Amino acid sequence: MLEQNLEITVDELRHLVSDRALEGETMLLNMGPQHPSTHGVLRLLLELDGERIVTCVPDIGFLHTGIEKSMETKAYEKALVMTDRMDYLNNLGNNLCYCLAVEKLVDLDVPERAMAIRVLLVELQRIASHLVFLATHGLDTGAMSVFLYCFREREVILDIFEMCSGARMMTSFFRPGGLWRDVPDGFEEAVRSFVESFPKRIKMYEDLLTKNPIYTHRTQGIGAISSEEALKWGLTGPPLRATGLAWDLRKSNPYSGYERYDFEIPVGVNGDTYDRYTVRIGEMRQSLRIVEQVLDTLPGGPVRSDNRKFVPPPRSELGHSMEAVIHHFKLWTEGFPAPKGSVFVAVESPRGELGCYLEGDGGPKPYRVHFRTPSFATLQTLPMLCKDHLVADVVAIISSLDPVLGDSDR
Amino acid sequence: MTVVEKAVAKLQRALGESVLSVEEFRGQTSVTLDPEAVVNACQMLRDDAELDFNFLAALTAVDYWPSEPRFKIVYQLYSLANKEFIGLRAQLSNESPEISTIESIYPNANWHEREVFDMFGVTFKDHSDQRRIIMPYDWEGHPLRKDYPLGYEEVQFTFNFDEIDKRKPYAKE
Amino acid sequence: MGVETKLGNLGFVTTTLEKVVNWGRVRAMWPVLFGLACCAIEMMAAQSADYDMSRFGMELMRASPRQSDLMIVAGRLTRKMSPVLRRIYDQMPEPKYVIALGDCSSCGGIFNNYAVVPGVDEIVPVDVYIAGCPPRPEALIHGILTLYDKVENQKVKDWA
Repeated sequence: MLEQNLEITVDELRHLVSDRALEGETMLLNMGPQHPSTHGVLRLLLELDGERIVTCVPDIGFLHTGIEKSMETKAYEKALVMTDRMDYLNNLGNNLCYCLAVEKLVDLDVPERAMAIRVLLVELQRIASHLVFLATHGLDTGAMSVFLYCFREREVILDIFEMCSGARMMTSFFRPGGLWRDVPDGFEEAVRSFVESFPKRIKMYEDLLTKNPIYTHRTQGIGAISSEEALKWGLTGPPLRATGLAWDLRKSNPYSGYERYDFEIPVGVNGDTYDRYTVRIGEMRQSLRIVEQVLDTLPGGPVRSDNRKFVPPPRSELGHSMEAVIHHFKLWTEGFPAPKGSVFVAVESPRGELGCYLEGDGGPKPYRVHFRTPSFATLQTLPMLCKDHLVADVVAIISSLDPVLGDSDR
Repeated sequence: MTVVEKAVAKLQRALGESVLSVEEFRGQTSVTLDPEAVVNACQMLRDDAELDFNFLAALTAVDYWPSEPRFKIVYQLYSLANKEFIGLRAQLSNESPEISTIESIYPNANWHEREVFDMFGVTFKDHSDQRRIIMPYDWEGHPLRKDYPLGYEEVQFTFNFDEIDKRKPYAKE
Repeated sequence: MGVETKLGNLGFVTTTLEKVVNWGRVRAMWPVLFGLACCAIEMMAAQSADYDMSRFGMELMRASPRQSDLMIVAGRLTRKMSPVLRRIYDQMPEPKYVIALGDCSSCGGIFNNYAVVPGVDEIVPVDVYIAGCPPRPEALIHGILTLYDKVENQKVKDWA
């Protein structure tokens, strides 16, 4: 593998850069895949006229893990673990998207309590993801202290996840048909104490950045895009809402019971780097509101569907019910068959629209899974956003788009 | 009459024979079209003021090897005004897996089509930048095709540890 | 209680060259800032206030491989990325150490397929493997301390 030929003939790539680059008038600069501010393994080819960017050609795929192909070889429930590792800042959101797709494909109902807990955990995950955004965005724009604060609060959320599932990041807590298990004792208190303490923290981040001239000068008017352009190029999530278009799948096409909760969609005005930051700050506040409402209205009852054709029975039943043993054995060795047909489910991930196209062929394994991932779409707009900006601005723009390369390459 | 039903009716009226079938599964409608008609259909769905499917939510492909027609291209369109999804499907044979690009209608199809080209080897007519996007430039084959092996590596257990270990290409300093 | 009280006022210390050099290497080991995937997030968490890796003299993550002597391969390594990884390793000055952080970089993890390299030891020689998907920050710190043990016990003939 080491002898892999990385030399590419120039002719194939001639159309990517301007004619001035071929004459040597402008400079071609390679940025990444190992670069501290490309957020992973993004590679950019920059054509520079002095400090100014003429063209920017993103090159992705350095983290292509073959998740879609691997999932085709696993049973529906076992393929779930792959989704955790796709967008690794939004593990539960990926779980949710895949579970909703499977549930739609096999027509499986989820108990009320499971739906509510799913919403709660996904919103916490959204806050955690935005915290990592804020941390890295702060680092990239020269504010080290934000990084330390954000990761401190993120630990609290990860502790809540660990409490539920035993894992900090790769939880696989949502399963088709509900949750892996009910939340433990002390869960509500932990979430409540987080909800109480977090608004102060958000204010603290805002004090550090929002009116800080060092920060605003680096972000206002940088990488602006209009709503029409953004939609045309498939931009979704906070970058789209920063342009002033209030489109959120949680509102427009509610799933998992989002219609029951009252929240607003924060929007920006100019669609620039600064607006993307303020939108995310607003979203953290709204997520907190949703978490609070879920806690107040948390229904009781089971957390897994009792449809034994799709959901394994609880361990306690295995001791005295032969039928339960048969179901358990069947579901864990073979899995459940899904009908022939295809579904497309879209959820709002912290980065934008996360879609799952799932096709069954009557067997126990998905015939085809495809994830329409938000980072893939946002990275596509990078050349447009970076044009005519300085090299230093590219760093701010990339971090404000908040791409996760595992998400874009899958 | 919902927007999706209207869209299907309009497609059938405008394209006639080219609409091969309309399928509804779990409340989601997908329209199978003649590959030639996809560009027209997208144009119509986007520009019609009433339908207004102005967002390409997903574009991917499915491989049905060894049966024919082998490939199915999947388009998911979304209308922000009407809050509805609609699916378009086009089937391609193994001999000429080629379809026109819809880049001129939805610019974000550019990368999605490159991904389909990379992963399935389906080419897109008039595509502005048809290169591999995810796999290395010199990669052979198209990984998501069903006849492409998963590339499984044998798992080492106690009984076969040494045997496999001998074959492993460990790196040198 | 300093060195002085033990030594009296003679002003010199006797030790072996081995010990001094190894001590120096361990006390200032700078990792290259090189995150690949999920484990990189846990690596960042290990740097943050809660875990604070700088207690062990590792607060300086260098973005340039030429200034660092430890590479933490954090996350799954793909076929497309592997030449890049080797190149970065080759650019690091001697002596250099590699930690494979997480299941994916140790053995391929759950991704047994065409795209992922089953273990970075195919590409670069690895000193310490850390299990976990992803490992907790404590596991990373433990792994680094294990590496320190290894370096501290190096012999003169190992350097040459």
